Amino acid sequence: MSSEVRPYTLVAELTYKCPLRCVYCSNPLDYGRHADEVDTGTWLRVFQEAEDLGVVQLNLTGGEPLIRHDLEALIEEAHRLDLYTNLITGGIPLTVERLTRFRALGLDNVQLSIQDVRAGASDRIAGLRSFDRKLEVARWAKNLGFPLTINVVLHRDNLDRVADVIALAEDLSADRLELANAQYVGWALQNRAALLPTREQLERARAIAAAARARLRGTMEILFVTPDYYSEFPKACMDGWGRRFVVVSPDGLVLPCHAAHTLPGLEFESVRQRALGDIWRDSPGFNAFRGEAWMPEPCRSCDRRAIDFGGCRCQAFHLTGKAAVTDPACRLSPDHGLIEAARAQALEAAGRAMPLEYRARTVSLRG
Amino acid sequence: MGAPGRPRVISAESRPRLAEKARLRFDRKAQQYLLLFPERGLALNPTAAEILKLCTGEHTVEAIIERLLETYDTQPREAVEREVVAFLAGMAERGLVKAGR
Repeated sequence: MSSEVRPYTLVAELTYKCPLRCVYCSNPLDYGRHADEVDTGTWLRVFQEAEDLGVVQLNLTGGEPLIRHDLEALIEEAHRLDLYTNLITGGIPLTVERLTRFRALGLDNVQLSIQDVRAGASDRIAGLRSFDRKLEVARWAKNLGFPLTINVVLHRDNLDRVADVIALAEDLSADRLELANAQYVGWALQNRAALLPTREQLERARAIAAAARARLRGTMEILFVTPDYYSEFPKACMDGWGRRFVVVSPDGLVLPCHAAHTLPGLEFESVRQRALGDIWRDSPGFNAFRGEAWMPEPCRSCDRRAIDFGGCRCQAFHLTGKAAVTDPACRLSPDHGLIEAARAQALEAAGRAMPLEYRARTVSLRG
Repeated sequence: MGAPGRPRVISAESRPRLAEKARLRFDRKAQQYLLLFPERGLALNPTAAEILKLCTGEHTVEAIIERLLETYDTQPREAVEREVVAFLAGMAERGLVKAGR
């Protein structure tokens, strides 16, 4: 572990509530158990503590952060602290007046999710009629002078339209387009059979994105995130556990990633009880997978261990039942057969319509 | 809407400015400037920071070079010119600096 471990980015998950019900949502399956328990004053304290720790980037996300009525106060404080603040939103519910206020308060960037390029397909994934309104929100953002990121999660049903996605983002004058293949944890894992593309689909889309990236260089940045299932090696999930990112969940838990609280046996602490910096430095959950001491073979002796840090702990757990094993996405993992089987299933299911399970409360709220 | 095709090329007469999405910030921890933009940031060496601080849309590339020569007066002029132009072209290529008018 580096002696100067500091987070650069605070991911503030302000709420898990969301009007959309996207079938690949990265919120945990039991999100209904985690109520919004962090009040405005506590969030403001957390931003200050994050800045003290070295954080320079703030992602305001959720769920849908627009649900919070105190978003104005949060943006104002983030701006005062000189944090680069990115609103990660589905764009609903929002008015142009409120977005104008965000601009005046110093919000730096708007990142808007769109599910597809056709209203019907986009609304089908979101579980809500929302496509036309999203395009309107994108135009508001640009008219107000915001830099605009468009994020589109890619999967079996929209990968073949990636050229149209790029054209739409160009038409909206997006500054950045994230073509993010679904990562199969949370709801996406639940819907994997319906979402996982074939390798051929993926490679076609990747080539189209690469050509567009070259054509639009300097005008629109295009990011193409490959799904782990078709990579030889896993991603450096969150740039490594507890290295650069600190996530605070709607109920106040301080986490190394969005889904770390789905791992059993780890102890995470709340900003309602303890200062962010203390939790970052010495909470047992944060230290569980920091560095290399936890690593089993084949990671332990692998040259790539300082590149990918063993991959994603949540993916390892949700596929194998064990969090402290090599990410099965790695071709060197003894569990890699699980990934190969999913790929074979995707090939076999290509072209067939599959049922989708929408994000929904599967357990009731506490109390 | 939009700016189809390639962005304008940086020349001696350009008045470069930071892209709307990019913001400079001094990092107390590492005692250096960072250029921040969505999801990422660049750690800047002192020269790069100095150049980007002058990318306000007011100064021409030529004026920026003059300013740097005051600080780095031991360097040959041509070397500084080459370095500044190459740096700004690279930043424009990444969409972090706009050529301006």
